[in-house]
Amino acid sequence: MTTATTDLTTDHSRAVADGAHTHGAVKPQGSRAERRTSFSLEDIPIPAGREEEWRFSPADRLQPLFQADLGSSGVTVEVTAAPEVTVETVGRDDARLGTAGKPGDRTAVTAWNAFQQATIVTIPKEAVASDVTSVRVRGVSQDASAAHVLVRAERHSEAVVVLDHDGVGTLAETVEIVVEDGAQLTVVSVQDWADGAVHASSHRARIGRDAKLKHVVVTFGGDVVRVTPDAEFTAEGGEVEMVGLYFADTNQHQEHRLFVDHAVPDCKSRVTYKGALQGAGAHTVWVGDVLIRAAAENTDTYELNRNLVLSDGARADSVPNLEIETGEIAGAGHASATGRFDDEQLFYLQARGIPETEARKLVVRGFFAELIHEIGVPSVEERLLASIEAELEKSMSVITGAPTA
Amino acid sequence: MPTLEIRDLHVSVETKEGPKPILRGVDLTIASGETHAIMGPNGSGKSTLASALAGHPKYTVTSGTATLDGEDLLAMSVDERARAGLFLAMQYPVEVSGVSVANFLRTAKTAISGEAPALRTWGKEVRGAMENLRMDTAFAERSVNEGFSGGEKKRHEILQMELFKPRFAILDETDSGLDVDALRVVSEGVNRAKEQTDVGILLITHYTRILRYIKPDFVHVFVDGKIAEEGGSELADRLEEEGYDKYLGANKTVSA
Ligand SMILES: Nc1ncnc2c1ncn2[C@@H]1O[C@H](COP(=O)(O)OP(=O)(O)OP(=O)(O)O)[C@@H](O)[C@H]1O
Ligand SMILES: [Mg+2]
Repeated sequence: MTTATTDLTTDHSRAVADGAHTHGAVKPQGSRAERRTSFSLEDIPIPAGREEEWRFSPADRLQPLFQADLGSSGVTVEVTAAPEVTVETVGRDDARLGTAGKPGDRTAVTAWNAFQQATIVTIPKEAVASDVTSVRVRGVSQDASAAHVLVRAERHSEAVVVLDHDGVGTLAETVEIVVEDGAQLTVVSVQDWADGAVHASSHRARIGRDAKLKHVVVTFGGDVVRVTPDAEFTAEGGEVEMVGLYFADTNQHQEHRLFVDHAVPDCKSRVTYKGALQGAGAHTVWVGDVLIRAAAENTDTYELNRNLVLSDGARADSVPNLEIETGEIAGAGHASATGRFDDEQLFYLQARGIPETEARKLVVRGFFAELIHEIGVPSVEERLLASIEAELEKSMSVITGAPTA
Repeated sequence: MPTLEIRDLHVSVETKEGPKPILRGVDLTIASGETHAIMGPNGSGKSTLASALAGHPKYTVTSGTATLDGEDLLAMSVDERARAGLFLAMQYPVEVSGVSVANFLRTAKTAISGEAPALRTWGKEVRGAMENLRMDTAFAERSVNEGFSGGEKKRHEILQMELFKPRFAILDETDSGLDVDALRVVSEGVNRAKEQTDVGILLITHYTRILRYIKPDFVHVFVDGKIAEEGGSELADRLEEEGYDKYLGANKTVSA
């Protein structure tokens, strides 16, 4: 939004209202390089709530997922794979598990220690998947549970994998993503839970030489959804494109914390997250940590977060965070803005005969349109447009008092 | 004949210190095909009149009436007023990010006429109107008013007036910020609309130069929230020479 753009609650002093800027070297306190990661429960205790990575989160509502005794009965996992793709269900001891980095927070470490069986989706070497592979994670009870999914794109393979989360569940989840040399993988994770669901999901991706990962996160439904995608480059020429779209209604908490770790030279990252908020108590959090280590020369990175606040009582936190340890970079920038759909825009559109509900739809569709086209998976794009329409219907009923269909 | 009739209109604006009266009894009748110019000092309430008629939520009508063709305009929502045939070309058009001009025009036209315009003819009509106003057709793909120059915003307002075909149009300082060529092009647009649709026009301006292109049937002097004098186009020339001193009380300056 160009009018009435404010950095509502961002605590990043360099976040700008509109447009972007590029940094020299910046070293904020609490470097991501020093953040503890571990497979051990003892190393990452139950948070008190004041820790940097939990300070925006509703710790009380996440409590069940902090516990070590997570079960597995709360969700079912079902895969419909493209013919070129193999699917296995394996035990904890499978050597392929745990290779995409270590857990970085409490729910990630409880998820890792509690899962009984993992689902492994493999795109074999040089295979090009002819269809989308769908992984459906369905919440069937409120029993706090753990789940583990590993997506492996072997060298020079190509595929699109869509994870869907729905139903009512209380889930701590790990999604490991391994993109081997030259592979091109798109992973879409849709969180469209029913009311009452609580979901914490640690996505950990490793990207090999000249490999490309497109990572898409879409969050609509659920009481509390907290997704923390980490991406790490293991060799030169890697590229990650991280796209996110979220729409929070009354009393929903949606949090997306990203970490892109540039540890090797010549890699590229692009992060674009956009969210809309509507209704009292709607809260979104976006934190984008990008670390360019000393060895990562010629890195090219840019991250962007935009939020559109549609009504009073909603709150968007947006914290871009860029750490640069080398002077030899190709480009590094970020932008963060939170705008309001304001009375003047509404007046302008209404003064052209457009009713209020239609005017709001026009603006929200416009806000998301470009991002949706970036996803590049037509079946997902269509579903997203439909979901946004459904969200809009919901939020319109808040305004007009009409019952939801 | 359709008329826009304003009777003893009193309007307050919402401020932090409470409502502040701006309009103090405006009387004005505009018939189809007529052009009325309103001139007056800064802060006298001209834009307030325009916004209040269009239904801006910031303004409260405390007494008086406004009817369009006998219908109570003040009882209608903003969009209902527009659909009833009222158009406001704004002094400061608002940017709407992410909504393309083409999409906006189509959506508004559909809302105003109650049905989607025929695809084939509509595209042609839009392109034709843009060409007439010397607007690059690339504007169709840009976000509404976003990054438009002052003059481009004004052309875009008149483009809408031509396409939406209102029965009454209020043009709030459409001439300010236009260079000489743009002024002529925009004035031609207004005159085309007058010829083709018999639209009644309320033209708010500070300068007579636009009145050389768009001939007013009546000129009203607006001072301190109401009309202080009325006349023909000769009144505009006199105002330009003499200013508003004679209407402002000795101890009175333009209120801040
Ligand atoms: N929110 C507000 N708070 C206080 N005063 C206001 C507010 N909005 C408008 N006003 C005042 O109302 C008066 C009328 O303003 P208006 O914009 O209608 O004047 P105008 O005749 O259009 O002036 P101009 O020729 O400069 O466009 C001004 O004195 C203005 O300061
Ligand atoms: Mg004005």
